[in-house]
Amino acid sequence: MNMKLSPDLLNGTTLASKKTRLAVTGVNLFYGDFQALRNITLEIPECAITAIIGPSGCGKSSFLRLFNRMNDLITGARVEGRVELDGIDIYDKSIDVVELRKRVGMVFQKPNPFPLSVFENVAYGPRRHGRHNRGELEDIVKKSLRQAALWDEVKDKLEQSALALSGGQQQRLCIARVLAVEPEVILMDEPCSALDPVATLKIEDLMRSLTENYTIVIVTHNMQQAARVSDMAAFLMMEEDRAGVLVEYGPTSDIFTNPKDKRTEDYITGRFG
Amino acid sequence: MRTVSVTSRQLSQQVAFVLLIISAAVVVLPVIFIILQIVISGGSAISWEFLTLAPSQAGKAGGIFPAIIGTFYLMLGTIIIALPVGVLAGIYLTEYAGNNWLTRLINLAIVNLAGVPSIVYGLFGLGVFVLAFHFGMSLLSASLTLACQALAMTITTSREAIIAVPREYREGSLAVGATRWQTIRHMVLPQSLPGIITGAVLAMSRAAGETAPILVVGAAFLLPRLPQSPLDQFMALPYHLYTVAAHVPGIPQSTMWGVALVLLVVVLSFNVLATVIRLCARQRRYSS
Repeated sequence: MNMKLSPDLLNGTTLASKKTRLAVTGVNLFYGDFQALRNITLEIPECAITAIIGPSGCGKSSFLRLFNRMNDLITGARVEGRVELDGIDIYDKSIDVVELRKRVGMVFQKPNPFPLSVFENVAYGPRRHGRHNRGELEDIVKKSLRQAALWDEVKDKLEQSALALSGGQQQRLCIARVLAVEPEVILMDEPCSALDPVATLKIEDLMRSLTENYTIVIVTHNMQQAARVSDMAAFLMMEEDRAGVLVEYGPTSDIFTNPKDKRTEDYITGRFG
Repeated sequence: MRTVSVTSRQLSQQVAFVLLIISAAVVVLPVIFIILQIVISGGSAISWEFLTLAPSQAGKAGGIFPAIIGTFYLMLGTIIIALPVGVLAGIYLTEYAGNNWLTRLINLAIVNLAGVPSIVYGLFGLGVFVLAFHFGMSLLSASLTLACQALAMTITTSREAIIAVPREYREGSLAVGATRWQTIRHMVLPQSLPGIITGAVLAMSRAAGETAPILVVGAAFLLPRLPQSPLDQFMALPYHLYTVAAHVPGIPQSTMWGVALVLLVVVLSFNVLATVIRLCARQRRYSS
Protein backbone atom coordinates (compact mmCIF):
# COMPACT_ATOMS: atom_id res chain seq x y z
CA MET A 1 0.00 0.00 0.00
CA ASN A 2 0.87 3.66 0.03
CA MET A 3 3.94 4.47 1.95
CA LYS A 4 3.57 7.33 4.35
CA LEU A 5 4.85 10.51 2.82
CA SER A 6 7.49 12.28 4.82
CA PRO A 7 8.43 15.89 4.01
CA ASP A 8 11.63 14.92 2.24
CA LEU A 9 9.66 12.66 -0.08
CA LEU A 10 7.73 15.68 -1.24
CA ASN A 11 10.65 17.77 -2.37
CA GLY A 12 11.60 15.26 -4.96
CA THR A 13 14.73 13.79 -3.43
CA THR A 14 13.41 10.27 -3.22
CA LEU A 15 11.16 10.26 -6.23
CA ALA A 16 12.39 6.83 -7.23
CA SER A 17 10.74 5.31 -4.17
CA LYS A 18 7.31 6.71 -5.01
CA LYS A 19 4.61 4.49 -6.36
CA THR A 20 3.78 4.78 -10.05
CA ARG A 21 0.34 6.23 -10.57
CA LEU A 22 0.17 6.56 -14.34
CA ALA A 23 2.07 4.37 -16.75
CA VAL A 24 2.22 4.80 -20.49
CA THR A 25 3.62 1.94 -22.57
CA GLY A 26 4.32 2.10 -26.28
CA VAL A 27 1.53 4.55 -26.98
CA ASN A 28 0.70 5.76 -30.47
CA LEU A 29 -2.05 8.32 -30.94
CA PHE A 30 -3.68 8.92 -34.30
CA TYR A 31 -6.17 11.51 -35.52
CA GLY A 32 -7.41 9.78 -38.64
CA ASP A 33 -4.33 9.21 -40.79
CA PHE A 34 -2.25 11.72 -38.86
CA GLN A 35 -0.03 10.31 -36.13
CA ALA A 36 0.14 12.77 -33.24
CA LEU A 37 2.24 10.70 -30.82
CA ARG A 38 4.68 7.87 -31.48
CA ASN A 39 5.80 5.08 -29.21
CA ILE A 40 5.72 6.91 -25.91
CA THR A 41 6.64 5.10 -22.73
CA LEU A 42 6.96 6.67 -19.29
CA GLU A 43 5.85 6.27 -15.69
CA ILE A 44 4.41 9.11 -13.64
CA PRO A 45 4.91 8.96 -9.86
CA GLU A 46 2.10 9.68 -7.41
CA CYS A 47 1.92 12.81 -5.29
CA ALA A 48 4.37 14.69 -7.44
CA ILE A 49 4.25 17.20 -10.26
CA THR A 50 5.27 15.94 -13.66
CA ALA A 51 5.78 18.59 -16.33
CA ILE A 52 5.38 17.94 -20.03
CA ILE A 53 7.49 20.39 -21.99
CA GLY A 54 8.27 20.83 -25.65
CA PRO A 55 7.79 23.12 -28.63
CA SER A 56 4.33 24.08 -29.93
CA GLY A 57 2.52 21.40 -31.85
CA CYS A 58 4.56 18.49 -30.51
CA GLY A 59 1.50 16.83 -29.01
CA LYS A 60 1.83 17.87 -25.36
CA SER A 61 -1.89 18.55 -24.95
CA SER A 62 -2.82 15.42 -26.87
CA PHE A 63 -0.53 13.48 -24.55
CA LEU A 64 -2.17 14.99 -21.47
CA ARG A 65 -5.63 14.20 -22.81
CA LEU A 66 -4.72 10.54 -23.03
CA PHE A 67 -5.12 10.27 -19.27
CA ASN A 68 -8.77 11.33 -19.01
CA ARG A 69 -9.64 10.11 -22.51
CA MET A 70 -10.56 13.62 -23.62
CA ASN A 71 -9.20 12.69 -27.07
CA ASP A 72 -12.23 10.39 -27.36
CA LEU A 73 -14.27 13.49 -28.15
CA ILE A 74 -12.39 13.99 -31.40
CA THR A 75 -13.72 11.93 -34.27
CA GLY A 76 -11.10 9.67 -35.77
CA ALA A 77 -8.91 9.65 -32.65
CA ARG A 78 -7.33 6.23 -32.00
CA VAL A 79 -4.94 5.04 -29.32
CA GLU A 80 -2.54 2.10 -29.53
CA GLY A 81 -0.53 0.80 -26.58
CA ARG A 82 -1.34 0.87 -22.89
CA VAL A 83 -2.21 3.76 -20.61
CA GLU A 84 -2.54 2.59 -17.02
CA LEU A 85 -3.95 4.22 -13.93
CA ASP A 86 -2.89 2.25 -10.86
CA GLY A 87 -2.04 -0.69 -13.09
CA ILE A 88 -5.38 -0.81 -14.90
CA ASP A 89 -5.55 -0.12 -18.63
CA ILE A 90 -7.89 2.87 -18.99
CA TYR A 91 -8.48 2.14 -22.67
CA ASP A 92 -9.87 -1.29 -21.86
CA LYS A 93 -13.45 -1.84 -23.01
CA SER A 94 -14.64 -2.42 -19.45
CA ILE A 95 -13.57 1.08 -18.34
CA ASP A 96 -16.30 3.59 -17.50
CA VAL A 97 -15.01 6.83 -18.98
CA VAL A 98 -17.22 8.90 -16.69
CA GLU A 99 -15.79 7.20 -13.61
CA LEU A 100 -12.28 7.68 -15.04
CA ARG A 101 -12.81 11.41 -15.50
CA LYS A 102 -13.99 11.63 -11.93
CA ARG A 103 -10.67 10.14 -10.80
CA VAL A 104 -8.60 12.12 -13.31
CA GLY A 105 -9.62 15.78 -13.27
CA MET A 106 -8.57 18.39 -15.77
CA VAL A 107 -7.83 22.11 -15.71
CA PHE A 108 -7.78 23.83 -19.07
CA GLN A 109 -5.58 26.43 -20.69
CA LYS A 110 -8.17 29.16 -20.74
CA PRO A 111 -10.04 29.44 -17.43
CA ASN A 112 -13.48 28.05 -18.24
CA PRO A 113 -15.76 28.71 -15.29
CA PHE A 114 -19.37 27.89 -16.08
CA PRO A 115 -21.70 30.88 -16.40
CA LEU A 116 -23.13 30.04 -13.00
CA SER A 117 -22.53 31.31 -9.49
CA VAL A 118 -19.23 30.59 -7.74
CA PHE A 119 -21.04 28.08 -5.53
CA GLU A 120 -22.73 26.29 -8.42
CA ASN A 121 -19.45 26.04 -10.31
CA VAL A 122 -17.85 24.06 -7.51
CA ALA A 123 -21.03 22.11 -6.75
CA TYR A 124 -21.51 21.17 -10.42
CA GLY A 125 -19.42 18.00 -10.27
CA PRO A 126 -20.75 16.68 -6.94
CA ARG A 127 -24.32 17.36 -8.09
CA ARG A 128 -23.76 15.31 -11.24
CA HIS A 129 -22.53 12.49 -9.03
CA GLY A 130 -25.72 12.53 -7.04
CA ARG A 131 -24.93 14.82 -4.10
CA HIS A 132 -27.93 17.06 -3.58
CA ASN A 133 -28.02 17.69 0.15
CA ARG A 134 -27.47 21.43 0.58
CA GLY A 135 -25.43 21.14 3.77
CA GLU A 136 -23.22 18.47 2.28
CA LEU A 137 -22.70 20.57 -0.85
CA GLU A 138 -21.84 23.61 1.25
CA ASP A 139 -19.16 21.60 3.04
CA ILE A 140 -17.71 20.33 -0.23
CA VAL A 141 -17.69 23.80 -1.78
CA LYS A 142 -16.05 25.35 1.26
CA LYS A 143 -13.42 22.62 1.51
CA SER A 144 -12.63 22.73 -2.21
CA LEU A 145 -12.34 26.52 -2.29
CA ARG A 146 -10.05 26.39 0.76
CA GLN A 147 -7.87 23.77 -0.92
CA ALA A 148 -7.72 25.95 -4.02
CA ALA A 149 -6.66 28.94 -1.89
CA LEU A 150 -9.65 30.90 -3.06
CA TRP A 151 -12.01 30.76 -0.08
CA ASP A 152 -10.95 34.00 1.57
CA GLU A 153 -11.38 35.91 -1.66
CA VAL A 154 -14.82 34.59 -2.58
CA LYS A 155 -16.49 33.59 0.68
CA ASP A 156 -18.72 36.68 0.54
CA LYS A 157 -19.64 36.28 -3.11
CA LEU A 158 -20.52 32.62 -3.45
CA GLU A 159 -23.81 33.50 -5.09
CA GLN A 160 -22.27 35.92 -7.56
CA SER A 161 -21.43 35.00 -11.11
CA ALA A 162 -18.12 33.24 -11.52
CA LEU A 163 -17.56 35.24 -14.68
CA ALA A 164 -17.08 38.37 -12.55
CA LEU A 165 -13.92 36.94 -10.94
CA SER A 166 -10.44 37.86 -12.18
CA GLY A 167 -8.61 35.49 -14.53
CA GLY A 168 -6.43 34.08 -11.76
CA GLN A 169 -9.42 33.60 -9.48
CA GLN A 170 -11.32 31.92 -12.29
CA GLN A 171 -8.50 29.44 -12.82
CA ARG A 172 -8.34 28.65 -9.10
CA LEU A 173 -12.12 28.23 -9.20
CA CYS A 174 -11.68 25.71 -12.01
CA ILE A 175 -9.16 23.89 -9.82
CA ALA A 176 -11.65 23.95 -6.94
CA ARG A 177 -14.28 22.57 -9.29
CA VAL A 178 -12.01 19.64 -10.08
CA LEU A 179 -11.07 19.12 -6.41
CA ALA A 180 -14.76 18.96 -5.49
CA VAL A 181 -15.13 15.56 -7.15
CA GLU A 182 -12.12 14.26 -5.20
CA PRO A 183 -9.91 13.10 -8.04
CA GLU A 184 -6.60 11.29 -7.59
CA VAL A 185 -4.88 12.86 -10.57
CA ILE A 186 -5.16 16.44 -11.81
CA LEU A 187 -4.19 17.23 -15.39
CA MET A 188 -3.32 20.84 -16.14
CA ASP A 189 -3.07 22.05 -19.70
CA GLU A 190 -0.98 25.24 -19.60
CA PRO A 191 -3.02 26.51 -16.67
CA CYS A 192 -1.16 29.80 -16.38
CA SER A 193 -0.72 30.81 -19.99
CA ALA A 194 -3.61 33.27 -19.79
CA LEU A 195 -2.58 34.70 -16.40
CA ASP A 196 -0.35 37.50 -15.16
CA PRO A 197 2.83 36.69 -13.16
CA VAL A 198 1.26 37.24 -9.75
CA ALA A 199 -1.69 34.99 -10.51
CA THR A 200 0.73 32.46 -12.00
CA LEU A 201 2.77 32.31 -8.78
CA LYS A 202 -0.41 31.77 -6.78
CA ILE A 203 -1.36 28.81 -8.97
CA GLU A 204 2.15 27.40 -8.65
CA ASP A 205 2.03 27.66 -4.85
CA LEU A 206 -1.32 25.98 -4.95
CA MET A 207 0.03 23.16 -7.10
CA ARG A 208 2.86 22.55 -4.65
CA SER A 209 0.44 22.37 -1.75
CA LEU A 210 -1.76 19.93 -3.66
CA THR A 211 1.03 17.42 -4.26
CA GLU A 212 0.52 16.20 -0.73
CA ASN A 213 -2.58 14.37 -1.87
CA TYR A 214 -2.72 14.60 -5.63
CA THR A 215 -0.72 13.49 -8.61
CA ILE A 216 -0.36 16.44 -10.97
CA VAL A 217 0.60 16.36 -14.64
CA ILE A 218 1.10 19.78 -16.18
CA VAL A 219 1.72 20.84 -19.75
CA THR A 220 3.65 24.07 -19.90
CA HIS A 221 5.34 26.30 -22.41
CA ASN A 222 7.17 28.09 -19.69
CA MET A 223 10.59 26.55 -18.94
CA GLN A 224 10.99 28.53 -15.71
CA GLN A 225 7.64 27.27 -14.54
CA ALA A 226 8.58 23.67 -15.26
CA ALA A 227 11.88 24.17 -13.42
CA ARG A 228 10.15 25.87 -10.47
CA VAL A 229 7.29 23.54 -9.79
CA SER A 230 7.88 20.11 -11.23
CA ASP A 231 9.52 17.03 -9.76
CA MET A 232 9.70 15.15 -13.03
CA ALA A 233 9.93 16.52 -16.55
CA ALA A 234 9.26 14.95 -19.92
CA PHE A 235 10.55 16.60 -23.07
CA LEU A 236 8.48 15.97 -26.19
CA MET A 237 9.41 16.95 -29.72
CA MET A 238 7.93 16.34 -33.09
CA GLU A 239 9.68 14.33 -35.75
CA GLU A 240 9.67 15.13 -39.43
CA ASP A 241 6.20 13.67 -39.99
CA ARG A 242 4.98 15.91 -37.13
CA ALA A 243 4.40 13.00 -34.77
CA GLY A 244 5.40 13.76 -31.18
CA VAL A 245 8.03 11.59 -29.56
CA LEU A 246 9.42 11.48 -26.05
CA VAL A 247 13.03 12.68 -26.21
CA GLU A 248 13.93 12.60 -22.57
CA TYR A 249 12.26 11.97 -19.23
CA GLY A 250 13.63 12.17 -15.74
CA PRO A 251 13.80 14.20 -12.54
CA THR A 252 13.43 17.88 -13.37
CA SER A 253 16.80 18.75 -11.88
CA ASP A 254 18.51 16.30 -14.22
CA ILE A 255 16.62 17.48 -17.27
CA PHE A 256 17.51 21.10 -16.60
CA THR A 257 21.05 20.79 -15.32
CA ASN A 258 22.34 17.65 -16.93
CA PRO A 259 20.28 16.74 -20.03
CA LYS A 260 21.41 13.55 -21.71
CA ASP A 261 20.04 14.37 -25.13
CA LYS A 262 21.49 17.17 -27.24
CA ARG A 263 17.99 18.20 -28.40
CA THR A 264 16.80 18.64 -24.80
CA GLU A 265 19.79 20.80 -24.04
CA ASP A 266 19.19 22.93 -27.14
CA TYR A 267 15.56 23.40 -26.21
CA ILE A 268 15.95 24.30 -22.56
CA THR A 269 18.80 26.66 -23.28
CA GLY A 270 16.53 28.41 -25.75
CA ARG A 271 18.30 27.51 -28.96
CA PHE A 272 15.02 26.57 -30.61
CA GLY A 273 11.36 26.22 -29.84
CA MET B 1 -7.02 70.95 -58.77
CA ARG B 2 -6.35 69.63 -55.33
CA THR B 3 -9.26 71.40 -53.67
CA VAL B 4 -11.62 70.16 -56.36
CA SER B 5 -10.59 66.58 -55.79
CA VAL B 6 -11.05 66.93 -52.05
CA THR B 7 -14.50 68.42 -52.57
CA SER B 8 -15.51 65.68 -54.95
CA ARG B 9 -14.31 63.07 -52.51
CA GLN B 10 -16.34 64.68 -49.75
CA LEU B 11 -19.31 64.81 -52.07
CA SER B 12 -19.09 61.14 -52.94
CA GLN B 13 -18.75 60.37 -49.26
CA GLN B 14 -21.92 62.30 -48.53
CA VAL B 15 -23.77 60.64 -51.38
CA ALA B 16 -22.76 57.23 -50.07
CA PHE B 17 -23.84 58.19 -46.57
CA VAL B 18 -27.24 59.37 -47.78
CA LEU B 19 -27.72 56.18 -49.80
CA LEU B 20 -26.89 54.07 -46.78
CA ILE B 21 -29.27 55.91 -44.50
CA ILE B 22 -32.05 55.73 -47.09
CA SER B 23 -31.54 51.98 -47.45
CA ALA B 24 -31.69 51.56 -43.69
CA ALA B 25 -34.81 53.72 -43.47
CA VAL B 26 -36.46 51.70 -46.21
CA VAL B 27 -36.40 48.74 -43.85
CA VAL B 28 -38.08 50.65 -41.05
CA LEU B 29 -40.63 52.69 -42.97
CA PRO B 30 -42.91 49.88 -44.23
CA VAL B 31 -43.16 48.52 -40.69
CA ILE B 32 -44.17 51.93 -39.36
CA PHE B 33 -46.64 52.49 -42.21
CA ILE B 34 -48.24 49.07 -41.79
CA ILE B 35 -48.65 49.55 -38.07
CA LEU B 36 -49.97 53.12 -38.49
CA GLN B 37 -52.38 52.10 -41.24
CA ILE B 38 -53.76 49.23 -39.19
CA VAL B 39 -54.03 51.22 -35.97
CA ILE B 40 -55.68 54.22 -37.65
CA SER B 41 -58.11 52.18 -39.75
CA GLY B 42 -58.86 49.48 -37.21
CA GLY B 43 -58.56 51.28 -33.90
CA SER B 44 -62.15 52.47 -34.01
CA ALA B 45 -63.43 48.89 -34.29
CA ILE B 46 -61.76 47.79 -31.09
CA SER B 47 -64.14 47.67 -28.18
CA TRP B 48 -64.78 45.39 -25.24
CA GLU B 49 -67.64 43.77 -27.18
CA PHE B 50 -65.45 43.25 -30.27
CA LEU B 51 -62.91 41.36 -28.18
CA THR B 52 -65.31 39.33 -26.04
CA LEU B 53 -68.36 38.53 -28.18
CA ALA B 54 -68.90 35.87 -30.80
CA PRO B 55 -69.50 37.15 -34.34
CA SER B 56 -73.01 37.57 -35.71
CA GLN B 57 -74.48 38.50 -39.10
CA ALA B 58 -71.61 36.78 -40.94
CA GLY B 59 -69.03 38.79 -39.03
CA LYS B 60 -70.61 42.18 -39.71
CA ALA B 61 -71.66 42.50 -36.11
CA GLY B 62 -70.59 41.04 -32.78
CA GLY B 63 -66.97 40.33 -32.00
CA ILE B 64 -64.11 37.99 -32.73
CA PHE B 65 -63.61 36.31 -29.37
CA PRO B 66 -63.69 32.71 -30.72
CA ALA B 67 -61.12 33.61 -33.37
CA ILE B 68 -58.75 35.07 -30.77
CA ILE B 69 -59.07 32.02 -28.53
CA GLY B 70 -58.79 29.70 -31.54
CA THR B 71 -55.56 31.35 -32.60
CA PHE B 72 -54.14 30.99 -29.09
CA TYR B 73 -55.10 27.31 -29.01
CA LEU B 74 -53.52 26.85 -32.41
CA MET B 75 -50.25 28.51 -31.36
CA LEU B 76 -50.19 26.42 -28.21
CA GLY B 77 -50.96 23.16 -30.00
CA THR B 78 -48.35 23.85 -32.64
CA ILE B 79 -45.59 24.61 -30.19
CA ILE B 80 -46.42 21.73 -27.85
CA ILE B 81 -45.74 19.41 -30.77
CA ALA B 82 -43.02 21.28 -32.68
CA LEU B 83 -40.83 22.39 -29.75
CA PRO B 84 -39.99 19.04 -28.13
CA VAL B 85 -39.39 17.40 -31.49
CA GLY B 86 -37.33 20.38 -32.64
CA VAL B 87 -35.19 20.49 -29.50
CA LEU B 88 -34.62 16.74 -29.42
CA ALA B 89 -33.74 16.68 -33.11
CA GLY B 90 -31.43 19.67 -32.58
CA ILE B 91 -29.69 17.85 -29.72
CA TYR B 92 -29.32 14.72 -31.80
CA LEU B 93 -27.92 16.59 -34.79
CA THR B 94 -25.39 18.60 -32.77
CA GLU B 95 -24.36 16.20 -30.03
CA TYR B 96 -24.77 12.70 -31.37
CA ALA B 97 -25.06 12.56 -35.15
CA GLY B 98 -21.93 11.57 -37.00
CA ASN B 99 -21.00 12.98 -40.37
CA ASN B 100 -22.73 10.30 -42.42
CA TRP B 101 -25.42 9.88 -45.06
CA LEU B 102 -28.24 9.83 -42.48
CA THR B 103 -27.20 13.21 -41.08
CA ARG B 104 -26.90 14.65 -44.57
CA LEU B 105 -30.32 13.28 -45.45
CA ILE B 106 -31.85 14.83 -42.33
CA ASN B 107 -30.24 18.18 -43.06
CA LEU B 108 -31.48 18.06 -46.63
CA ALA B 109 -34.97 17.26 -45.36
CA ILE B 110 -34.91 20.23 -42.98
CA VAL B 111 -33.92 22.64 -45.75
CA ASN B 112 -36.69 21.30 -47.94
CA LEU B 113 -39.21 21.35 -45.11
CA ALA B 114 -38.65 25.09 -44.87
CA GLY B 115 -39.14 25.53 -48.61
CA VAL B 116 -42.45 23.72 -49.03
CA PRO B 117 -45.31 26.17 -49.80
CA SER B 118 -47.76 26.43 -46.93
CA ILE B 119 -50.80 25.32 -48.92
CA VAL B 120 -48.97 22.07 -49.66
CA TYR B 121 -48.69 21.52 -45.92
CA GLY B 122 -52.43 22.08 -45.79
CA LEU B 123 -53.09 19.40 -48.37
CA PHE B 124 -50.65 17.08 -46.62
CA GLY B 125 -52.47 17.66 -43.33
CA LEU B 126 -55.80 17.03 -45.02
CA GLY B 127 -54.59 13.74 -46.46
CA VAL B 128 -52.73 12.47 -43.42
CA PHE B 129 -54.21 13.90 -40.23
CA VAL B 130 -57.79 14.68 -41.29
CA LEU B 131 -58.46 11.64 -43.48
CA ALA B 132 -55.91 8.89 -42.85
CA PHE B 133 -55.66 9.37 -39.05
CA HIS B 134 -59.37 10.27 -38.76
CA PHE B 135 -58.66 13.36 -36.66
CA GLY B 136 -61.19 15.13 -38.88
CA MET B 137 -61.32 18.86 -39.51
CA SER B 138 -60.07 19.84 -36.08
CA LEU B 139 -57.76 21.84 -33.89
CA LEU B 140 -55.60 18.72 -33.54
CA SER B 141 -55.23 18.28 -37.29
CA ALA B 142 -54.43 21.96 -37.74
CA SER B 143 -51.90 21.95 -34.89
CA LEU B 144 -50.16 18.88 -36.30
CA THR B 145 -50.09 20.42 -39.76
CA LEU B 146 -48.67 23.72 -38.55
CA ALA B 147 -46.23 21.83 -36.31
CA CYS B 148 -44.83 20.03 -39.36
CA GLN B 149 -44.35 23.40 -40.98
CA ALA B 150 -42.79 24.87 -37.82
CA LEU B 151 -40.37 21.96 -37.39
CA ALA B 152 -37.85 23.34 -39.84
CA MET B 153 -37.64 26.49 -37.76
CA THR B 154 -37.59 24.90 -34.30
CA ILE B 155 -34.92 22.38 -35.35
CA THR B 156 -32.75 25.00 -37.02
CA THR B 157 -32.93 27.53 -34.19
CA SER B 158 -32.43 24.83 -31.53
CA ARG B 159 -29.44 23.48 -33.37
CA GLU B 160 -27.90 26.92 -33.76
CA ALA B 161 -28.49 27.77 -30.10
CA ILE B 162 -26.91 24.47 -29.03
CA ILE B 163 -23.90 24.86 -31.31
CA ALA B 164 -23.34 28.35 -29.91
CA VAL B 165 -22.64 26.95 -26.42
CA PRO B 166 -18.84 27.23 -26.08
CA ARG B 167 -16.87 24.00 -26.29
CA GLU B 168 -15.08 24.99 -23.05
CA TYR B 169 -18.29 24.51 -21.07
CA ARG B 170 -18.86 21.03 -22.45
CA GLU B 171 -15.24 20.03 -21.84
CA GLY B 172 -15.33 21.46 -18.33
CA SER B 173 -18.46 19.49 -17.58
CA LEU B 174 -17.17 16.23 -19.06
CA ALA B 175 -13.85 16.73 -17.28
CA VAL B 176 -15.49 16.58 -13.84
CA GLY B 177 -17.05 13.26 -14.76
CA ALA B 178 -20.48 14.38 -15.97
CA THR B 179 -21.99 12.04 -18.53
CA ARG B 180 -22.76 13.23 -22.01
CA TRP B 181 -26.46 13.46 -21.24
CA GLN B 182 -25.82 15.30 -17.95
CA THR B 183 -23.66 17.75 -19.86
CA ILE B 184 -26.48 18.34 -22.32
CA ARG B 185 -29.15 18.49 -19.64
CA HIS B 186 -27.34 20.69 -17.10
CA MET B 187 -24.92 22.73 -19.19
CA VAL B 188 -25.83 22.86 -22.87
CA LEU B 189 -29.62 23.14 -22.64
CA PRO B 190 -29.78 25.86 -19.96
CA GLN B 191 -27.23 27.83 -21.95
CA SER B 192 -29.08 27.50 -25.22
CA LEU B 193 -32.56 28.01 -23.77
CA PRO B 194 -32.88 31.71 -24.69
CA GLY B 195 -32.07 30.89 -28.31
CA ILE B 196 -34.48 27.96 -28.30
CA ILE B 197 -37.25 30.11 -26.83
CA THR B 198 -36.67 32.77 -29.48
CA GLY B 199 -37.03 30.16 -32.21
CA ALA B 200 -40.15 28.75 -30.58
CA VAL B 201 -41.81 32.15 -30.40
CA LEU B 202 -40.99 32.95 -34.00
CA ALA B 203 -42.52 29.61 -34.94
CA MET B 204 -45.62 30.45 -32.87
CA SER B 205 -45.98 33.87 -34.43
CA ARG B 206 -45.79 32.32 -37.82
CA ALA B 207 -48.35 29.68 -36.88
CA ALA B 208 -50.64 32.46 -35.67
CA GLY B 209 -50.45 34.15 -39.04
CA GLU B 210 -50.86 31.10 -41.30
CA THR B 211 -54.05 31.02 -43.31
CA ALA B 212 -53.62 28.62 -46.19
CA PRO B 213 -52.86 25.38 -44.29
CA ILE B 214 -55.61 25.73 -41.70
CA LEU B 215 -58.13 26.53 -44.41
CA VAL B 216 -58.28 22.86 -45.38
CA VAL B 217 -57.68 21.10 -42.08
CA GLY B 218 -60.06 22.57 -39.57
CA ALA B 219 -60.57 26.31 -39.45
CA ALA B 220 -64.22 27.27 -39.59
CA PHE B 221 -65.92 30.51 -40.45
CA LEU B 222 -68.37 31.55 -37.78
CA LEU B 223 -68.53 29.17 -34.89
CA PRO B 224 -70.67 30.52 -32.09
CA ARG B 225 -68.85 28.49 -29.45
CA LEU B 226 -65.30 27.76 -28.50
CA PRO B 227 -63.71 24.41 -29.29
CA GLN B 228 -64.40 22.03 -26.41
CA SER B 229 -61.80 19.44 -27.35
CA PRO B 230 -58.82 19.14 -29.71
CA LEU B 231 -61.10 17.31 -32.10
CA ASP B 232 -63.44 20.30 -32.55
CA GLN B 233 -63.29 22.80 -35.34
CA PHE B 234 -62.12 26.29 -34.44
CA MET B 235 -62.00 29.88 -35.63
CA ALA B 236 -58.69 31.63 -36.21
CA LEU B 237 -57.85 35.28 -36.76
CA PRO B 238 -56.11 35.12 -40.14
CA TYR B 239 -58.76 32.87 -41.63
CA HIS B 240 -61.51 35.07 -40.21
CA LEU B 241 -59.82 38.10 -41.72
CA TYR B 242 -59.56 36.37 -45.08
CA THR B 243 -63.23 35.36 -45.10
CA VAL B 244 -64.68 38.65 -43.98
CA ALA B 245 -62.48 40.52 -46.44
CA ALA B 246 -63.13 38.25 -49.39
CA HIS B 247 -66.56 36.77 -48.87
CA VAL B 248 -68.67 39.14 -46.82
CA PRO B 249 -69.86 42.06 -48.93
CA GLY B 250 -70.73 45.26 -47.16
CA ILE B 251 -68.64 44.58 -44.10
CA PRO B 252 -67.42 47.80 -42.46
CA GLN B 253 -63.80 48.57 -43.37
CA SER B 254 -63.01 49.21 -39.73
CA THR B 255 -64.08 45.67 -38.75
CA MET B 256 -61.59 44.18 -41.19
CA TRP B 257 -58.77 46.40 -40.00
CA GLY B 258 -59.82 45.68 -36.44
CA VAL B 259 -59.26 41.95 -36.98
CA ALA B 260 -55.87 42.71 -38.52
CA LEU B 261 -54.98 44.90 -35.54
CA VAL B 262 -55.87 42.18 -33.04
CA LEU B 263 -53.82 39.62 -35.00
CA LEU B 264 -50.87 41.99 -35.05
CA VAL B 265 -51.14 42.65 -31.32
CA VAL B 266 -51.31 38.91 -30.58
CA VAL B 267 -48.17 38.23 -32.60
CA LEU B 268 -46.25 41.24 -31.30
CA SER B 269 -47.16 40.60 -27.68
CA PHE B 270 -45.81 37.07 -28.01
CA ASN B 271 -42.57 38.43 -29.37
CA VAL B 272 -42.31 40.88 -26.49
CA LEU B 273 -43.00 38.10 -24.02
CA ALA B 274 -40.20 36.02 -25.52
CA THR B 275 -37.78 38.92 -25.37
CA VAL B 276 -38.61 39.45 -21.72
CA ILE B 277 -38.08 35.75 -20.93
CA ARG B 278 -34.80 35.81 -22.79
CA LEU B 279 -33.54 38.92 -21.03
CA CYS B 280 -34.49 37.50 -17.64
CA ALA B 281 -32.67 34.25 -18.40
CA ARG B 282 -29.59 36.16 -19.46
CA GLN B 283 -29.66 38.40 -16.43
CA ARG B 284 -30.04 35.48 -14.07
CA ARG B 285 -27.03 33.77 -15.58
CA TYR B 286 -24.56 36.61 -15.90
CA SER B 287 -25.21 38.95 -13.01
CA SER B 288 -26.97 38.15 -9.74
